[in-house]
Formats: sequence, structure tokens, C-alpha cells
Amino acid sequence: MHRFANPGRFLRMTDRLLPACGVLTALCLGIGFYLALFVSPPDYQQGETVRIMYVHVPAAWMALFVYATIALAAASLLIWRHPLAAIVARVSAPLGAGFTALALATGSLWGKPMWGTWWVWDARLTSVLILLFLYLGLIALQNAFENPERGQKAAALLALVGAVNLPIIKFSVDWWNTLHQPASVTRLGVPAIHSSMLWPLLIMAAGFTLYFLTLLMLRVKSEILAARIRALKQAATARD
Amino acid sequence: MSGFLRIAGRDLQLAYRARGEALLAVAFFLLVAALFPLALGPEPRLLTRIAPGILWVAALFAVLLSLDRIFLADREDGSLDLLYLAPLPLEAVVLAKILAHWLSSGLPLVVCGPLIALLYDLPAAAYPVLLAALLLGTPALSAVGAVGAALTLGARRGGILLPLLVLPLYIPVLIFGVAAIDASLLGLSPRPQLLLLAAFALASLPLATVAGAAALRQALE
Repeated sequence: MHRFANPGRFLRMTDRLLPACGVLTALCLGIGFYLALFVSPPDYQQGETVRIMYVHVPAAWMALFVYATIALAAASLLIWRHPLAAIVARVSAPLGAGFTALALATGSLWGKPMWGTWWVWDARLTSVLILLFLYLGLIALQNAFENPERGQKAAALLALVGAVNLPIIKFSVDWWNTLHQPASVTRLGVPAIHSSMLWPLLIMAAGFTLYFLTLLMLRVKSEILAARIRALKQAATARD
Repeated sequence: MSGFLRIAGRDLQLAYRARGEALLAVAFFLLVAALFPLALGPEPRLLTRIAPGILWVAALFAVLLSLDRIFLADREDGSLDLLYLAPLPLEAVVLAKILAHWLSSGLPLVVCGPLIALLYDLPAAAYPVLLAALLLGTPALSAVGAVGAALTLGARRGGILLPLLVLPLYIPVLIFGVAAIDASLLGLSPRPQLLLLAAFALASLPLATVAGAAALRQALE
């Protein structure tokens, strides 16, 4: 990982990887959407609404995956002062917030026809909502300082505090839910998922992950270039 | 140790000299609790049912009010830089600050908790549990809050930012605190919830000390 601490080397690597990642993302999402919307069968209970799942589940996975990425990047920023980790943590936060919001929105859309309501205070929904607030706090803290470096480090610490607290919050919300809501939402039985539904789901999940990686590389690259432009401008004004 | 006690004592003395602030936080605590019957109607059974939740939400908000005071005044008059340079480890400074904050802001809430229970007509059996839950939960609020206060030191709009950062992290305290009182209202043993509250407080105190000191180092660099 330390090899990529050199921004120049990272840029050369992304230049090679970006086109491949972009094409793979388009392929996976294209095939995934086609399989999910046209090929996979409707569910015997949920009917056509089951197709929302192919977006909802990968988005929810990504919401957690991106938080883990941020926590890892935050740790390597604080431990090794890895310069790219700061950028990775900063540009990942809005992406993670986006995936979380997408998971909540699609869950809501699925909940209206299936449960008859846009929102229930179910343990999982509540946990994801809290995750969204953690993301928003991260983004707000990153941008709250005159000195952007201070914002990055403060947000990195907050990400680690959140990573420690997240399992505890999850546990407490599960506890709270079993205490207050004894199965007011009848959970649909979860039979072993059939391969005709599993494959589109896995392809969509791969597509979402690749999409995140592509965006991540693109945004890290543009941040590095923006920093270079800033430095060049400063040097130019200093010379004048 | 003497340095630790002196910092805590100094903060307590400062809080005592500005006792208006602590009283305001307590008044706010009672006022929030008094708003709910006005919003929901005076039906006693409903109020007894929701009293534990209101008590804890009001306590969370009241703690938030005094959080930014932990480090901000010291930073503005420069004494935080001296504490940073002092031979005492910064972790000890943070712990002293957490202790002083709890004694000046958390403990008054614990003392006033029964008053809210009285207003909401909670049965006598709930009082010891309520006190125990507040005693175990409020130190964790001070500890986690101190991390938030250190992180937002010098931030623009720090006043709005701090609740956004800290409130999600307070959720376990809220849930277990309410669940403990609820259990006693239902005639169940509140022991597991109280133990979980104690565990959260015991885990958050050392972690918050380390995280708070790291945040302060960044703020003062």
C-alpha cells in the first residue's frame, strides 16, 4: 500500500486501470440490469416488486463497504500519514452517503407496496438511517475548517470513533427493536434464494463495487490534479 | 495525579463561578420535559408510559448545551496551549476535563431526574433504577461528548456541527437508559440494561480519553 503513497505512481496506475474499470462497470451494470429487469422471474409472493431488491441490496452492501473503506483509509492516514488515504477518505464519504440514501429510498419504495407504508421503525431500517447521519456528520466535519488538512484529520478520527461505535449502535438498535416491536411487520419467509435471482444480484453487486472503485479513482485523480494546479499557481504568483 | 486533580478542580471552580450556566442547563432539562405534556395532552397513563424516553432525550439535549464549553474557553484564552505543553499527558488532561464536565453538567441532571419522574407520576419502584441509569449513562455522555468537542474545536458553525456528530453516538445510552427504566416499570429486572450501560460507560471513558487527546493534538498542531 505504501507504494501508492507517491501520487505520480498512483496517477500512472489509475490511468491504466480507469478505462478497464469503466468498461467493466458498464458491462456488469448493463448485464445486471438486463437480467434483473427482464430475465429473472418475479417472486411468487412479492411479484414484480422483487426487482427493486437488485438495486436495494447492493446499495445497502455498498453503504457498509464504503464506511469500512473510509475507516481503513482513516486508520492509515493517522498511523502512517499516508497522503492518498486522506483523499480517499474525503472523496468516499459523499459516495457512501449516496449509496446509503439510495438504499433507504429503494427500501422505502419497496416497503410501500409490500408493507403498506413508506417507513417502519424496523431494526435494519433504523440502523441504516443512523449510518446516513454518521456519513453526514463526516462530510460536515470535513468541510468545517479553514484548513482542509485539519478537517481531514478530524474526520478521520471521527470515522474511527464511528467504526468502533457502529457495531454497538447496531446491537442496541436490535435490542430496542425486539423490545418495542414484537413482529409488527410480518417478515416474509426468506427461502434460500434461487440461482435465477442470485446471479443477477451478484452481478449487480459486482457492478456497484466496480462503480464505486471507478468513481473513487476518478475523484482521487482529480483531487491530486487540483492540488498540483494549486501548487503551480502558488509558485507562479510567488515568482511574479 | 495532583496535576490531574488540579485541572479538574480548576474546571469545577470555573463552573461554580459561572453557576448560571449549569442552572440554565438544568432549567432547559426541566423545560424540555415540561413541553411534552403540553404537546401530547395531560393523560396520566400515556405520560407515565413515555416518561423514561422523555427523561433521556431531555438529558441528551441538556448535556449537548454545555459540551462546547469543555475546551472552547480554554482555547480562547490560551490556557489549552499551556495544558498541551504541560508535563501531564494530554490524555490525563482530557480525562480531568471529562470528570469536571460530568460533575458540573451530568450530576445536576442526575439530581433533577427524580423531579421529572415526579412530574410524570412514575411509581416509586422506578426511582432507584432511574437514578442508577442516569448515574451510569451520563458519564458516557460526557466522555463521548468531549471527543466531539475536541474534534470541532475551531470549526466553523461548531455549535450546529457538534450535535450532528455526537447525537448518533449517544444512541446506545439512550436505548439502554430507557430500556432499564421501562423494565422496572414492567416489573422486570433492569439488571441487564444497567450492566450494558455500565459496560458502555467503562468502554467509552478510556477510548474517549485517547480519541479526545488525539483530536486535541490535531487542533493545537
